[in-house]
Amino acid sequence: MTTAIEVQGLNKYFGSYHALRNIDFHVESGERVVICGPSGSGKSTLIRCLNQLERHDAGEIRVSGILLGDNVRNLDAIRREAGMVFQHFNLFPHLTVLENCALPQILSRKTPRPEAENCARQYLDRVRILDQAEKFPGQLSGGQQQRVAIARALCMEPRIMLFDEPTSALDPEMIHEVLDTMVELAEGGMTMLVVTHEMGFARQVADRVVYMEAGEIVEIAPPDRFFDAPADERSQRFLSKLVRN
Amino acid sequence: MQSTVMTSPHLRRKSPLVLRIAKAFFGDLLGACLTLLSVGILLALVPAFKWAFIDAHWYVATPQGCFSGGACWAFIGSKLRLILFGLYPPEEQWRAALVVGVILIMVLLTAWPRLWGARLLALWAVGIALMLVLMAGGIAGLPPVPTSKWGGLPVTLLLATLSLGMAFPFAVILALARRGSLPIARAIAIFLIEIVRGLPLVGLLFVAAILLPLFLPADWTIDKLGRTLAALTIFAAAYLAEVVRGGLQGLPSGQIEAAQALGIPYWKTVWHIVLPQAIQKVIPPLTNTAIVMVKNTSLVLIVGVFDMLSAARSAATDPAWPAPSKEAYLFVAAIYLVICYGISLYSRHLEAGINARNRS
Repeated sequence: MTTAIEVQGLNKYFGSYHALRNIDFHVESGERVVICGPSGSGKSTLIRCLNQLERHDAGEIRVSGILLGDNVRNLDAIRREAGMVFQHFNLFPHLTVLENCALPQILSRKTPRPEAENCARQYLDRVRILDQAEKFPGQLSGGQQQRVAIARALCMEPRIMLFDEPTSALDPEMIHEVLDTMVELAEGGMTMLVVTHEMGFARQVADRVVYMEAGEIVEIAPPDRFFDAPADERSQRFLSKLVRN
Repeated sequence: MQSTVMTSPHLRRKSPLVLRIAKAFFGDLLGACLTLLSVGILLALVPAFKWAFIDAHWYVATPQGCFSGGACWAFIGSKLRLILFGLYPPEEQWRAALVVGVILIMVLLTAWPRLWGARLLALWAVGIALMLVLMAGGIAGLPPVPTSKWGGLPVTLLLATLSLGMAFPFAVILALARRGSLPIARAIAIFLIEIVRGLPLVGLLFVAAILLPLFLPADWTIDKLGRTLAALTIFAAAYLAEVVRGGLQGLPSGQIEAAQALGIPYWKTVWHIVLPQAIQKVIPPLTNTAIVMVKNTSLVLIVGVFDMLSAARSAATDPAWPAPSKEAYLFVAAIYLVICYGISLYSRHLEAGINARNRS
């Protein structure tokens, strides 16, 4: 197994606010890692540092062995390696579903249009939404939009998929269709790093669970051990609140 | 209970017509006042109507036929070529007419969103070159016509389309710079926009057409029409930049983040993701600016450029006719109205298309 993501001594500040404190962790190729923790614990900031939607202030990040730094070419390479799915889908509302998936390939890898559209159809079919290909995102439900967003990211043929709370903006009845798509993706062997509050998903799919609080990693453990016998007092408190709700 | 339900629609149907009309026009105090006001306005318009249609002269053998009062529409027919083409040599006016045709075709093609792209820009470059060759001549066996002889509708349309078309890219760059993270670029953009917006257009035209040549070296002869076009372009760019900036501000940050995460380069993100959405958001103020700029072109008469309004004005000074300036101005106003209403209809059509896209 090779290392897909390696983070060492990562620190991030927003002004004087210390958002990430000395983060060390790694994700192996083919591994599924779930990050959980209370709101404001730095989960999303961490995942957004990995493809530099946020710049980090100190530490080393390697994605597929490429060191993230000021080198712009490395940044482009890393963004090609890692696909990202956002909480609010962030589909392009002025483009059809098919164009949403095809245009990024044309713009960022100069794929010829017929090839890009083929690829788009193939992945739209895989997330079972090909019949909506000619519609605009505004005409789809939230769950459908998020599946299109997953297809759009997959079209870039990334080696790693980053999910930033992919179901948090969805109505409850739509969460399942998105989680099912993610489970299928995991079964296909995709390397996945998922920030989520869906503990059922974590238990079912994750190889390891990372628990964060106040910008720090508190505990990293396989799901069985994390959910049934958390080692740290803070994880215990977090999990007990989940059970009570 | 049942009887009232049965009779009340019956009763309403039987209420006499006179009563219903009275209720519609004098139902309450405000309604009655508005009715009386409308009647008053209509009565006041009767003489104008009589002048424009009943007493009007549509065909006259000589200008003398118009001296008996009433609108002299025959004058428009007789001076049509002067109003539409100004001092352009009459035997060459087919060229000016062709230029108007080319502009209209180009604008219609541009109005079709399907064609938007690099090829349309190339077509515009060819179209503009073709129009300038047709107007100026001097090659391909066309006798040369200096810009001082250009006039009328082609000049109005050329100034309007070219100033808006050329202003747009500048406006986008200014708006991006003003929103961007580079402090010097932002300061320059703010400075330019505020300076140009702070100047009256007439002043800008005056500087471009009359003062600028005094300061430039004598051998720097830029054509007066060209300088006027430049002034209109700069003016339009400042206003359009603020409209575009409004659209940029309304764009969610997630759109740019998604494009970044997909590895799309910056300028391609601007062109394919940011601008289409920003512009769609500001179609109403964009339409507004376009209409204002079309009418602003008439101000060039201040610096002696012979647009349609100047041509109509000079046509009306012919002493053979009974001072028909009202007719000339109304005719020109009608042409402006058709152009501006066309722009307005087109913007509504675009908005309807965008709204349909967000409905399931």
